[in-house]
Amino acid sequence: MNTDAVMPKAACATCSLAQNARLIKLGIETGGWDYVVALAGNPNTGKSTVFNAVTGLRQHTGNWPGKTVTRAEGGFIYDGKRYKLVDLPGTYSLLSTSVDEEIARDFILFGQPHVTVVVVDATRLERNLNLVLQILEITDRVVVCLNLMDEAERHGIKVDDRALARDLGVPVVPTVARRGEGIPELLAAIAQVASGEYATRPHRIRHLDPEVGQAVERLTREIEKTFKGLPNARWVAMRLLEGDERIIEAVRKHELGELAPAAEMASTMQPALETA
Amino acid sequence: MAVTVQTLDTLAPGQKAVVKDLAVEGLERRRLMDLGILPGTVIEPELKSPLGDPTAYLVRGTLIALRREQARHIHVVPLEEEQDEH
Repeated sequence: MNTDAVMPKAACATCSLAQNARLIKLGIETGGWDYVVALAGNPNTGKSTVFNAVTGLRQHTGNWPGKTVTRAEGGFIYDGKRYKLVDLPGTYSLLSTSVDEEIARDFILFGQPHVTVVVVDATRLERNLNLVLQILEITDRVVVCLNLMDEAERHGIKVDDRALARDLGVPVVPTVARRGEGIPELLAAIAQVASGEYATRPHRIRHLDPEVGQAVERLTREIEKTFKGLPNARWVAMRLLEGDERIIEAVRKHELGELAPAAEMASTMQPALETA
Repeated sequence: MAVTVQTLDTLAPGQKAVVKDLAVEGLERRRLMDLGILPGTVIEPELKSPLGDPTAYLVRGTLIALRREQARHIHVVPLEEEQDEH
């Protein structure tokens, strides 16, 4: 029997190419977008691999941290909507101590992406969840991409993605980005959060000390008065109370709203196309 | 056997230890915590740079480089000693 003739057809229905039929990769074409999506995560979790899988670009990927030093941008169409995808440098927190972290943080904070995808390493979940929780403090439009599931499996690590999604209050999508596994599901989750079809209920850490809570409330109101239309005024208030030098400086110089354009510039100076 | 608390910079390469305390405040403390270094965390010096500073430590499955100046604020108890105590 000639099974070769039968096999390709059977494989077609289940392969990721067929499932990706709703996806059109646009490469560096990012004009006229409906939604902006940011890709964040700890260093070396596969952000750029996810980026390439979705945009069709070949942005340099490699197994070392600090590879994506500025933002890279790409585009794709999913279900008829145009998306601009911004690949951010890896960071352990939103507390900026380096230029990389500042770019990532400023974009999530002030670039106001419609969806922030946090790519996490399934083998180092505990470490990665710190950033997830910090991002959930400043935006509720989040999708967690649980990447490197193949490595986790090899290490005998099982991750209950449903329980995680329930606890975090946002979609959690297991992926093996370098093989394209889970990418269709990831795109569907991004589309649902972008359109508001999936209403997230992000896990937020409650402030135990009422005095701190009151101080945050008072400061938030002042910031909202001074910087009209600023998103995340509450987050800015908390950083001020913590003594974050960069934020203090930005408030003092009245340049809070200008942080986003600064991040914008960083990317136009460094075009996304890198020959792999 | 009494538990000896020492600072992270005095730990021998390959010697696992448990973090007991972070003797810093404010942003520096927060930074260390963001890197995954909290009381109770297992930490192990893995690589020393040629001049002995900074040193890369294995923390929660990732190598984190710390300068001696940062490491000497981290109080640790070598792992074997802690086990002896119980």
